[in-house]
Amino acid sequence: MVHAQAAKRAPRDLLIKGGTIVDSLGVRRGDIAVGRDGRIVAVGVNLEGQADVLDASDCFVAPGLVDLHCHLRQPGDDEAESVETGSRAAALGGFTAVVAMPNTEPPVDNAAMVHEVRALARNALCDIFPAGAITVGRRGERLAPIGEMAEAGVRLFTDDGRGVQDGGLLRNALEYASSFQAVIAEHCEEESLSAGGHMNEGEWSSRLGLEGMPSEAEEIMVARDIALLRLALRRCDAKLHLMHLSTRRAIAYVRSAKAEGLEITAEVTPHHFTLTDAEVASFDPVYKTNPPLRSRMDVVAVRAGLADGTVDAIATDHAPHPRERKEVPFAEAAFGVIGLQTALPLALTELPMPVENIIASLSWKAADIARIPLTHGGPLEVGFPANLCVFDPSARWVVQAQAFASRSKNSPYIGRELRGRVRHTLLWGEPVVVDGEAQR
Amino acid sequence: MNLLSVADLPLEDLERILKKADDFAPGVGDPTAIHREKTLALLFFEDSTRTRVSFERAAKRLKMEVMNFSVGGSSMSKGESLRDTVKTIEATGIDVVVMRHQASGAPWQVASWIKSSVINAGDGWHEHPTQALLDCYTIRKATGVIEGLHVVIVGDIKHSRVARSNVLALSRLGADVTIVAPYTLLPPNIDSWPVWVSQDLDVVIPKADVIYMLRMQRERQTASLVPSLREYTASYGLTAERAECLPENAVIMHPGPMNLGVEISADVADLPCSLITTQVKHGVAVRAALLHEIL
Repeated sequence: MVHAQAAKRAPRDLLIKGGTIVDSLGVRRGDIAVGRDGRIVAVGVNLEGQADVLDASDCFVAPGLVDLHCHLRQPGDDEAESVETGSRAAALGGFTAVVAMPNTEPPVDNAAMVHEVRALARNALCDIFPAGAITVGRRGERLAPIGEMAEAGVRLFTDDGRGVQDGGLLRNALEYASSFQAVIAEHCEEESLSAGGHMNEGEWSSRLGLEGMPSEAEEIMVARDIALLRLALRRCDAKLHLMHLSTRRAIAYVRSAKAEGLEITAEVTPHHFTLTDAEVASFDPVYKTNPPLRSRMDVVAVRAGLADGTVDAIATDHAPHPRERKEVPFAEAAFGVIGLQTALPLALTELPMPVENIIASLSWKAADIARIPLTHGGPLEVGFPANLCVFDPSARWVVQAQAFASRSKNSPYIGRELRGRVRHTLLWGEPVVVDGEAQR
Repeated sequence: MNLLSVADLPLEDLERILKKADDFAPGVGDPTAIHREKTLALLFFEDSTRTRVSFERAAKRLKMEVMNFSVGGSSMSKGESLRDTVKTIEATGIDVVVMRHQASGAPWQVASWIKSSVINAGDGWHEHPTQALLDCYTIRKATGVIEGLHVVIVGDIKHSRVARSNVLALSRLGADVTIVAPYTLLPPNIDSWPVWVSQDLDVVIPKADVIYMLRMQRERQTASLVPSLREYTASYGLTAERAECLPENAVIMHPGPMNLGVEISADVADLPCSLITTQVKHGVAVRAALLHEIL
């Protein structure tokens, strides 16, 4: 949590006028006054006062978005992204908090690395919450010092980029992390089935002559992890979060686990609810992701999972890669797409859900999973920190590469018209984005 | 104009190239050297003997200038990117790039980066359209027709660009195609292909007009897709005994290079009904016709 400095940057009183508030308490008209301490000082209709006014007419005023799944690449891969550029992209996308994945070089698998990422985040345009690795070096062999990292403030542990292949080890991780009220977040992939694959296994991989990654590689892991959670829950309050689910049966398994009463959460990415593996027919590596883009049926299931609450959160899996890792043959290209500046607009454009449900999955439900509900995700009430996102839900715009603040431009949505645009973002009261422009 | 996939060729273009190939057959005399000013670049990122030589001969029949680029191994391992490599080559003044690459789809990207024509001479497991053209030409020369013929393709379909392109071309020209392979060597979702599928070569052989054997690579054994090459040969090899069960006018084909004793026995490859060397001979004529068509 890196907000002490940010608060100093909120030297003025602010008034957010003319918007519609949407938070966990519901939807209502209201202005919000923000004090010099970076907290909300008044909420009400037609507030007046000596303050700088941020226009929110035609806009929703929501708690800042929280990205559960973001690759900021620092340390180790500054060419792809930096904490600063990634955080600027986040702010422009309405995020005030992001969970930074630990698959950096070296990986974040000890407290010293946690502090190093924190130090890099000192001037970030959003709060950065480093996630820690579950296993040493993310090698899946033995537990990383989870207690030491928890002591340093880490609440989410993941080997993301890989799943923990050894079931006994994941069981230990679930049980051990529960003593620190930490959540184990799994990248669900059985590697013996997916190794060497470049895209979803199916009609398209068959036709295109590319090695496939079958849905079952994900589903076996989801089913195994649910079983391991059930086992761990026999003796402790284990917490399991499943990341970037992409298949219809993975969603169904989570639905049935929740029906059984298991405490489990799940996230999906915008690319998995908007794109299918048919895109790979262009052989453009911008469509190469892990998990891979799946079939139309899977996309429908991911959307249904969001609509019925089986899926708790939308996370970006923002995965920047420089041109030289994407302007290569498909089989040689890196996995991943960037997503911070397009997540909210894609959700607003593509999901037939009420806006409060969309914001729930992008903000307060994600904040709960990341264990940061007191600082992010609202509610927008007096005394709460002014981490806010003001967005116009009907503004139309065309995605352009040069508008990305990220160092990398590997977005599959360039050229696409989207509905919904972030107008202002406030971080601890500081307007880091005003009228769609980053302020620093 | 590019030729990346058989699917890029409308039926009339396909037919026109096959007809045109007659003009470039060996012994037909010297075709007019209308492409003397044109330059062809051979860009092979993967080993090849017959395809490379065949294109070179074809280009020379058209009096084109041929530039050979040796780019063994992955472009990335050399340090220079594929994009920079092809852009550099194009800058030297090239009209058509003939490329082979170990990654499926690589020619699609190259075609998006450069203005010259691109001919796919094999990309990964994906396509090898000129092989399909020369195979269709060979079948038609030998049997007179393609429509209604029963073509049986045997072997490692999953990893075969030859199979993918041939299935597209043959089914478009009206052949009935049956694929014979163990399930581990079939691509996923084979039901979406316009083919029949069988695991029993002995049942299919007596009904084949054309039997097309694919190369079986040793790596498939290491990856546990088959227990051993010996077991593969026992079930799927074209042995002398099996060849005897072929109908009287059936022909035998193979894209080369052959693993003699694995997918096909040496004696079978040399049978009078084997078109294996004819395929190579026709490759030059068909590729010359294609170049003539594209330029």
